[in-house]
Amino acid sequence: MDNYLTLPGWVLAVFQSCLYIALAPLLVGWVRKVKARLQNRRGAPLLQAYRDLYKLLAKEARVAHTASPLFRAAPYIVFTATWMAAATVPLLVVDLPTAAIADIIVLVGLLALARVFLALAGMDVGTAFGGMGASREMLIGALAEPAMLMAVFTLAMTAHSTNLSSVIDYHLVDGFVLRPSYLFALGGLVLVAVAESGRIPIDNPTTHLELTMIHEAMLLEYSGRHLALMEWSAQIKLLLYGTLIANVFFPWGIGRGFGAAALGLGLAAVLAKLAALGAILAVGETVLAKMRLFRAPEFLNLALLLSLLGLLSHVILEVGA
Amino acid sequence: MNLGLLPLLQQLVLVLAAIVLFLSFVLLAQNRLISAIHAFAWQGALVAAVTTVVAATGHIHHLYFSAALTLALKALLIPWMLHRLVRRLELERHTESLQSPTLVTMAAVALVIFSYWLVLPMIQEELAFTRNIVAISLAVVLIGLLMMVFRTQAVAQVLGFMSMENGLFLAAVSATGGMPLVVELGVAFDVLVAMVLFGVFFLQIRESIDSLDVDRLNRLRETGGDQ
Repeated sequence: MDNYLTLPGWVLAVFQSCLYIALAPLLVGWVRKVKARLQNRRGAPLLQAYRDLYKLLAKEARVAHTASPLFRAAPYIVFTATWMAAATVPLLVVDLPTAAIADIIVLVGLLALARVFLALAGMDVGTAFGGMGASREMLIGALAEPAMLMAVFTLAMTAHSTNLSSVIDYHLVDGFVLRPSYLFALGGLVLVAVAESGRIPIDNPTTHLELTMIHEAMLLEYSGRHLALMEWSAQIKLLLYGTLIANVFFPWGIGRGFGAAALGLGLAAVLAKLAALGAILAVGETVLAKMRLFRAPEFLNLALLLSLLGLLSHVILEVGA
Repeated sequence: MNLGLLPLLQQLVLVLAAIVLFLSFVLLAQNRLISAIHAFAWQGALVAAVTTVVAATGHIHHLYFSAALTLALKALLIPWMLHRLVRRLELERHTESLQSPTLVTMAAVALVIFSYWLVLPMIQEELAFTRNIVAISLAVVLIGLLMMVFRTQAVAQVLGFMSMENGLFLAAVSATGGMPLVVELGVAFDVLVAMVLFGVFFLQIRESIDSLDVDRLNRLRETGGDQ
């Protein structure tokens, strides 16, 4: 692993994490665009999400007078933790130094850190909506995390490593193999990703009026650059889950060297995969209706069951003999 | 066993068998009868698909016949009959949830682990790649049994019974390359006859206790004599 820690590697790692920040609004814009087309609307332009962020960043940040310093610090912590988590997921190339120092468990931990601060910030001002949103977020998080870890352990058991980079490497070397455990792990991870990034059957990302909101309820008191950072980190989280699913389960095309050709191919491949995933997400959000909150545990139980079956079928069908 | 060394068709068999197991879980936790019948039909279709692929990989010709028989009977005819019965008994909108779905699902997971543990000595003999599937089929049988125990609705119990049969068939196909054709035909018609009898029983139960909730059959009624 030590040979990863070279200067060009670090430069690339920094470049890749900046790419995460740069691409995240684009993915959200793409999903919104496809959704609008499916609903026979023209929709906002693809770059609208960037404009929204720019507008928010330029505005003055107002803070409620009951807020503690934690309220001001939370957006920066959430953004940084999500960004760090994203940096551990290979986007363009494998074998980056960030992969050598962090594995999937660190990724889950960083996301949990971001979630805790998001919930604390939601409760900090003391409005009813904030506390409600925080409690719901923690409910979803508590149910989604075991499912995610179980799915991740399925990957780890197949590749004999919890390191994302070596998992992807293992698949590229192994070629195309149909694994029942991966099918289940993919299903479980997709459900978890939908729940965690606050997409439709669990949470509606566009609502601000109903009593059903989860993620938005915690952000109600934020404005200006704080709100921009919070929304940006939600977008990065969506991109993170998309990349995780795209690159771990369909790793073909990801770059394996630091050459310009490998990087270009990796970028093209990951953009194509993310565009496809975004379109699938948009179709799913158009077809499904939002669930009642009390049905969310059922949804996440299904995710847990899928991940558990993935683990079991790995043991029974793939290692068995 | 390294999965990557197996031919693609054999990997496909394993994937299909895993989905059959998943459908057993879906059947177990499904609240709506109509959706449960659809899940059962899909399970039958997948068992037929497994049979076809095993026939193709092993060049066992009579398995094609039993695959066609399974598809016609378990994926089309029996679900259709159940569908018609449910419509006739006006149960389309009927939902029945388990007392504690999570606990039952966890029990089913425990059954999967138990059947794997049970089959372990057999798998270590390593006679064919399909031996791994025996654990899956045993689990499908046991989950069908669990479904018959925990469901109180008669139609759901019949679905559990039929999915047990699916599991047995999967075991026969995967472990020994299918039963002799005579036996298979006999079992198929037995299942069909059982289905017809169940239909008659449903109507009878419905008429005498005005419900298909079999828990009510335990109660004694004093007015039973004058009917």
